[in-house]
Amino acid sequence: MRPLTKLIVMGGSWGGIQASLSILEGLPPDYSIPIVLVLHRLRNQEGNLQEIFSKKLLLKAVEVEEKEPLLPGHVYLAPANYHVLFEKDHTFSLDDSELENYSRPSIDVSFSSAADVFGKNTMGILLSGASRDGSSGLKYIFEKGGVAVAQDPSEAEVGTMPQAAIESIRGCTIMNVARIKEFLLSLHEH
Amino acid sequence: MKLEHDSLFEQEVEALIKEIHTQYGYDFSGYSRASVYRRVKRFLGQKHLASIDELRERLFSDSFFFENFLQEVTVNVTEMFRDPTFFLSLRENVLPILSTYPYIKIWDAGCSTGEELFSLTILLEEAGLLGRTKIYATDINQKVLRQAKEGIFSASHMAAYTSSYYAAGGKRDFSSYYTSNYGNVKFDSSLVKNVVFYPHNLATDTSFNEFHLVVCRNVLIYFNRQLQERVLRLFDESLVSLGYLALGKKETLAMSGISSNYSILDKSNRIYRKNS
Repeated sequence: MRPLTKLIVMGGSWGGIQASLSILEGLPPDYSIPIVLVLHRLRNQEGNLQEIFSKKLLLKAVEVEEKEPLLPGHVYLAPANYHVLFEKDHTFSLDDSELENYSRPSIDVSFSSAADVFGKNTMGILLSGASRDGSSGLKYIFEKGGVAVAQDPSEAEVGTMPQAAIESIRGCTIMNVARIKEFLLSLHEH
Repeated sequence: MKLEHDSLFEQEVEALIKEIHTQYGYDFSGYSRASVYRRVKRFLGQKHLASIDELRERLFSDSFFFENFLQEVTVNVTEMFRDPTFFLSLRENVLPILSTYPYIKIWDAGCSTGEELFSLTILLEEAGLLGRTKIYATDINQKVLRQAKEGIFSASHMAAYTSSYYAAGGKRDFSSYYTSNYGNVKFDSSLVKNVVFYPHNLATDTSFNEFHLVVCRNVLIYFNRQLQERVLRLFDESLVSLGYLALGKKETLAMSGISSNYSILDKSNRIYRKNS
């Protein structure tokens, strides 16, 4: 039997906002697994991502606050200019250290930290993007026994990022947005 | 098995943290573990060390190596006028009030390599307050304090810093504050004439003076709640009544026991004012 998923971490860059919105729009407000979303954005720019997500989702969309606990029914957005890390007690930590893959927040950083804490109970989903960020973190999740999902590059607005993951991870699951949504719904526990 | 290997790694780091405390007096027990583990892993990679044992051996036989470790494990990534709206708010909302004091004392806690400090001094200079302000710039790490004192930064950052300076309400020619040389720029040393630099450890040291403004940005995020509380109490003890406390964009007083002593001056820029 596949291990229970206790955390979903999703990363995207160019085209990632649209893809993640399409996936998350279909999830119920009491969705049983906390979801963390790391999207690249311009540095030093106050995004209105949270507003966009709040309007479109049934789930509660909030920006990550440091040392706050992870809760079901929430989509946590990585804040601009900080990396998002996970603590053993299932709270968040923020980090303003070096850029990784020219990015802060970096998807690799969050994926790796998630896998360190949640191990085989982690699911990583890498969406559209023109970056190299995310694939090594997704590989790490997979090596820890977690589930690695990449958006079908042929469907992605920019396929570079999921393609890089597919090439480096044997056993990476490839799905389009509609399938990812169905898959996440199938994990929901009422 | 990888998981066991990792928990072994964590056990080894925990033992190392205890030993560092005993040998060097630096207490990392209240630091956020996710960050410490990540920084230690990164340092091992950088130095091509195969194990914590090897790291341990080097740390306790070479104090320069330890200093280097300290600089890497405590994050020292910073920039000038980071979050320009914060500096704009300081300029517009805080400095005019500070200007009513005959003598101003500021604590820049966790000043790192000095980018934030020089940004502060430029603001004070432009408000005509630098001459009657004393700034205490402290950090846990002596090496970064020496760098901060020098005020030498890479020229490659200057385009970004200049635009942040203007976004922070700067009106002068930013390049008038520094001279360029071999890919670096050196900021005018008269800016830090009234700055005293010295090592202070927020995890273990006590309050040492009274200030009108305490600036400590993006330091608390690396601490657990308990250590955060200790540090916030330390700041509270160090602030005059009606003094200001400035935290990082994602740091807050909200969870702290001292929050009832403070009013929010600027919510998004995390500037608080102590009640009278």
